Amino acid sequence: MSQDTIVHDDEGAVPPTLPPDPSRRFWIGTTCAVGGAAGVAVAVPFVSTFQPSEKARAAGAPVEVDISTIPPGEMRTVEWRGKPVWILRRTKEQLATLNVTTPELADPNSKRPGYTPPYAQNEWRSRKPDIFVCVGICTHLGCAPTPKFQMGAQPSLPNNWEGGFLCPCHGSTFDIAGRVFKNKPAPDNLEVPPYSYLSDTRIIIGVDEDNKA
Amino acid sequence: MAGEKSVETTGLLGWIDRRFPLTATYKAHLSEYYAPKNFNFWYFFGSLALLVLVLQIVTGIFLVMHYKPDAQFAFQSVEYIMREVPGGWFIRYMHSTGASMFFVVVYLHMVRALIYGSYRKPRELIWIFGVAIFLCLMAEAFFGYLLPWGQMSFWGAQVIVNLFSAIPFIGPELSIWIRGDYVVSDATLNRFFAFHVIAIPLVLIGLVAAHLVALHEVGSNNPDGIDIKAKKDKYGRPLDGIPFHPFYTVHDILGVAGFMIIFMAIVFFAPEMGGYFLEYNNFIPADPLKTPPHIAPVWYFTPFYSMLRATTDDFTWVLAGAAVVAALVMFFKCKGAAKLIVPVVLLVVAVLLRLIDAKFWGVVAMGGAVVLLFFLPWLDYSPVRSIRYRPGWHKWLYGIFFVNFIVLGYLGTQAPTDTFNLMSQIGTLIYLAFFLLMPVWSRLGTFKPVPDRVTFHAH
Repeated sequence: MSQDTIVHDDEGAVPPTLPPDPSRRFWIGTTCAVGGAAGVAVAVPFVSTFQPSEKARAAGAPVEVDISTIPPGEMRTVEWRGKPVWILRRTKEQLATLNVTTPELADPNSKRPGYTPPYAQNEWRSRKPDIFVCVGICTHLGCAPTPKFQMGAQPSLPNNWEGGFLCPCHGSTFDIAGRVFKNKPAPDNLEVPPYSYLSDTRIIIGVDEDNKA
Repeated sequence: MAGEKSVETTGLLGWIDRRFPLTATYKAHLSEYYAPKNFNFWYFFGSLALLVLVLQIVTGIFLVMHYKPDAQFAFQSVEYIMREVPGGWFIRYMHSTGASMFFVVVYLHMVRALIYGSYRKPRELIWIFGVAIFLCLMAEAFFGYLLPWGQMSFWGAQVIVNLFSAIPFIGPELSIWIRGDYVVSDATLNRFFAFHVIAIPLVLIGLVAAHLVALHEVGSNNPDGIDIKAKKDKYGRPLDGIPFHPFYTVHDILGVAGFMIIFMAIVFFAPEMGGYFLEYNNFIPADPLKTPPHIAPVWYFTPFYSMLRATTDDFTWVLAGAAVVAALVMFFKCKGAAKLIVPVVLLVVAVLLRLIDAKFWGVVAMGGAVVLLFFLPWLDYSPVRSIRYRPGWHKWLYGIFFVNFIVLGYLGTQAPTDTFNLMSQIGTLIYLAFFLLMPVWSRLGTFKPVPDRVTFHAH
């Protein structure tokens, strides 16, 4: 039966221009609201699957490092929570550069929150002046900066370079205490992870006064 | 039983047509879809984009048969495809070349839309679907690039996911949520695989369908930018229109032939394209502890990547200054409620530019450069669509814009230096000014008279 022939034998037929029954409005609204809430609730488990799994969370165990074998001026990289952590034994000359670089730094006293624990908010950014510990991930977009300890003019570095780190991705530069230079893409100094001394020759990364193993 | 629909076709076709609009669809989209007769080579790129999409889906399906989305095995499985699966190297190189060629074709398709005003009323939705396709394509390329699990895959993903950490307050949590781990890891690889092989392709195909339906609803634009539906013959067909099939199917086959010659030449002789299509560092397995000395995204992302790098702390002063100037101009030019609202919004932006880290604004500049494209139909106030009838200096402006885009792309592939950074900053300003000042410059100058009928010379 074609749609456009008029049906005479159906007394119940309503004209298409008739507005929706107002008494049903409330129930249409209620059904939409409850259905919508259920839809949003269903999204929760889907969204939560994106979080780090229990396995990934458990992988963040502390790491112990023997620092007695690091000679002055050398750096060792260890893995903690999948991130490279640098342990650098700085020489007297390297420590002396920290005063030279101060005026060119964005945050020389490491005042910005979140990157430097209180015990590293000093001129060396470390518990003991010579041993420097930091996460080797640029605070800009997460590349691993390259050590550039040699002083003087080099490609991609300023002529008065005092030694430090260069991020190859976007050219951020950091001094030998991981403090970022002014007007670079990276907004913050390199992160100092929680760490503490177990003895004079052993440190543990991931544990300090606020972070227990 | 309800009666069957009456149709003109008979036999099997008639049986189908009474149940499914086969002939009607064929007529509406091919044999009786009238396209302007003056299409030139710029009009190859739409059909070529469709061809590359099919190529990517087909080669992709065959790659998935051998690939393993597992951080332990991903790199090896790609090498296995390359060395041990018979013909695997050919399928994989078609897929990797297809990715780059997809962007070549889509960029040229967008250039066509820009110069002939194909985004102007009534084709705004075609353009919006198109920009959405471009966004999907970028996501698809980004997710896909992690899968070989090489050094560039890993560090590229690391950088891009960390872009989200620049968002104030929720950023760091958001980037962990996206990765599913504290660093890019197996969890990240698995979800990127899911996005690359099913989620994004589904959206992409839906958008391509919407793009074509919208196009066939309003009809194609043409190099003269005039409406062919204004002049019709006695049968109601546009005088300057020809049926898409057979005329443009044959025309497009010519384009396909030319394109496939270039495409296969790349697949066989230069699949890495000197490090532009496949970066050398990606032949080294991913190492989370060692960033390659120089990381850059694949060429098709580099213009936007340059804008990201250009946004330093100093540069936000320039942007904030521009916002203040714009606020002043709007205050004196606007009328009514906009006189206060627009300048206030601009001043707030100027203050935020200095309050929030430059890192965040770099991300905004990069994302904004793409999002800006959505608004193009409402930025262009030129009385004519096509570049052909615009003032001569408009052509120069478009020329500068295209050259600037290529220069930004080149700078994005290079290691950062002070000179290059300054160039990217100037380039970013040119890009933004081209679009944001378009409401002003697009109506200036002497426009040439637009013809009644399309310009066409029979061959």
